Amino acid sequence: MIPLSYYLVLSGALFAIGTAGVFLRRNIITLLLSVEIMLNAVNLTFVAFGRQQGVVDGQIITFFVMTVAAAEAAVGLGLVIALFRGRESLNPEAFTALKW
Amino acid sequence: MGTSAFDAVIPVICVTLAGLVVLLAESFRKKQERMPLGGLALIGLIGAVIACVLLWDRNATSFGMVTADNYALFVNLIILTVGILTVVFSQHTVERDGLPAGEYYALLLFAIVGMMLMVQATDLLLVFLALETMSIAVYVLTGIRFNDARGTEAAFKYFLLGAFASAFLLYGIAFLFGVTGTTSLDGIGTVVAAQSMSGNPMILAAIALLIVGFGFKVGVVPFHQWSPDAYEGAPALVTGFMSTGVKAAAMAAFARIFLSSLEPMITDWAPVLWGVAAITMILGTVVGVAQTNLKRMLAYSSIAHAGYLLVGIVAGNEVGKAAILFYLAAYALTNVAGFAIIGLLGTKAAPNDDLRDYAGLWHTHPALAGLMTIVLLSLGGFPPTAGFIAKWYIFSAAVGSGYYWLAIIGFLSSVVSVFFYLRIVVMMFMTERDARPVPLPVAASAMAGLAVTVAAILYLGILPSRVIDLAAASISTVF
Amino acid sequence: MEGWGGIGVMMAVAIGFGISSVILSQFLGPSNPTPEKEAPYECGVPPVGDARERQSVKFYLVAMIFLLFDIEVAFLYPWAMALRDLGWFGLAQITVFILILLVGYIYIWRKGVLDWGPESDPDYHVAKVLGPSVVKRYRYGTGN
Repeated sequence: MIPLSYYLVLSGALFAIGTAGVFLRRNIITLLLSVEIMLNAVNLTFVAFGRQQGVVDGQIITFFVMTVAAAEAAVGLGLVIALFRGRESLNPEAFTALKW
Repeated sequence: MGTSAFDAVIPVICVTLAGLVVLLAESFRKKQERMPLGGLALIGLIGAVIACVLLWDRNATSFGMVTADNYALFVNLIILTVGILTVVFSQHTVERDGLPAGEYYALLLFAIVGMMLMVQATDLLLVFLALETMSIAVYVLTGIRFNDARGTEAAFKYFLLGAFASAFLLYGIAFLFGVTGTTSLDGIGTVVAAQSMSGNPMILAAIALLIVGFGFKVGVVPFHQWSPDAYEGAPALVTGFMSTGVKAAAMAAFARIFLSSLEPMITDWAPVLWGVAAITMILGTVVGVAQTNLKRMLAYSSIAHAGYLLVGIVAGNEVGKAAILFYLAAYALTNVAGFAIIGLLGTKAAPNDDLRDYAGLWHTHPALAGLMTIVLLSLGGFPPTAGFIAKWYIFSAAVGSGYYWLAIIGFLSSVVSVFFYLRIVVMMFMTERDARPVPLPVAASAMAGLAVTVAAILYLGILPSRVIDLAAASISTVF
Repeated sequence: MEGWGGIGVMMAVAIGFGISSVILSQFLGPSNPTPEKEAPYECGVPPVGDARERQSVKFYLVAMIFLLFDIEVAFLYPWAMALRDLGWFGLAQITVFILILLVGYIYIWRKGVLDWGPESDPDYHVAKVLGPSVVKRYRYGTGN
């Protein structure tokens, strides 16, 4: 069996990639993808811990997180459409009506 | 009322049903047909209030995940009051600004469902789900004026940082699950209390991630960047709703997790929260002074208020816990009233949310100017108002636990903040406006709601003992 | 690892057959390309325009709704697996869940998200009155 630490390192790396993506990428769709990567990294952590402890809770939680991620993605994409209508751009630098 | 497995969720069910009915009514509404959707929302909210009152002192639980202890009920009553006031103030504004009424009220109710469940949850999974129910509804509410560039931009920023923060929160929950093998708050508390965990890197990481996640939601300083933008871009009534409801729910869940399950680790997390609270109070006040937009200024003020609330958690004693509840009540009433006044005075075309727009308000809307003055004095913590008692109570909790410096920083920053609240009062009463605009008509129901709210602020300021006793009684059963 | 050998052989044969038939047909088959043969296949009809044209935002909306309902249905699988253990209470819970989803479904249906056929097109109603040729001229800009 693959040891727990491998999963934790992988999910930690995925989470870091997602976090870096939110700060570094310059396309708002990619920003959404980065957040999804972070959530999936957490899912991996849950499943790994659940397997290590021999309970199904980890997998059940993952189900709920997936649902939440889908709802978030739908709202996010809807907002992207509304933003794109106003500016015809997907670069976050273009949205400066409010000070950051 | 008999006892059943569903007792603890009855208030939530009331609000959920109202939300579904509003959504269905909106679905079958013909174009141009007017429906009393706000009234439907009010029925559900008042039903939930009655259920909360009936459940008092019964400590009902449902499904092993939801509790209706007095702590949760107290905060739920605050949230429901915020909801009722928001609906009352919205009746007129939604129609005037042409907001989609069905969606507006349904989202408002679903957000309240999320808030209530978040406070009642005794399982971290449910805390997360409730947080997301609340957040997703509030993201959409922020951008409900979807043709307005500022509104959608604010909604997107709020959405992105909110989703980012919930990933952090969830990662923290995952680590707690990994260490303790459970997501139930009682189970985590038992494991953490039984074993010495001080050196365990995984639980320290979990605590850090939870602080980041909740820090974003309540808007404390290194994680506050979204809130001025979201508060400015959203319609003022929505801002009032989210600056109070979201903050109350997130703060209550934060306090429940950190002061019950993670209390054995207090020596590890209290210094971190000490620093966060101190920076939050200082930065919220100092940056707030420099703002020229009233909504942004109140956003920074609410950041500072989150700092004061954190002081209560850091103090962690009985007084501190009760003080958090009292502070939430006082702050919620005050902020809802403040943003309602901004919302009533501004239209879609002319938001009127600059400080200069308030010059000479006394001459156009004397009643609103008077009410606004009391609200601002309460935000600043002046004696005959709720804000004064709340702050005094929080700082005495800090002193009681030996956090003298925190109390001093809090006191000094609230003295500085008085400056920017008084500046508005002076503008409203002392300055004349060159071009006086035509006064906007204000609905009678909204004025009545405002008057009641302000009366409640004064009541909490002059005769606070009843509510303080309630707050103290409601924590005694929990922590 | 008992019994995996056969599966390994089967996979090797399957992959090998796929790759070898592609390579062999390159060498064995006659090759005399004509423009017609090079063109992308589109049901025998000559291709029109660019494939990367803008789609109506309606499809985007449908995709978003699909995303939501697709994921929600994922909850039915674990419930179906544990159907007998959960009993009537489980059935009641899943019914409440479906009813709440149904309210959302009714909402999007009544709001016209699902009408992306000709009925939702304003031209369709003009066509029913004036005949299709009028609409065609009107829509493609030759009439005005």
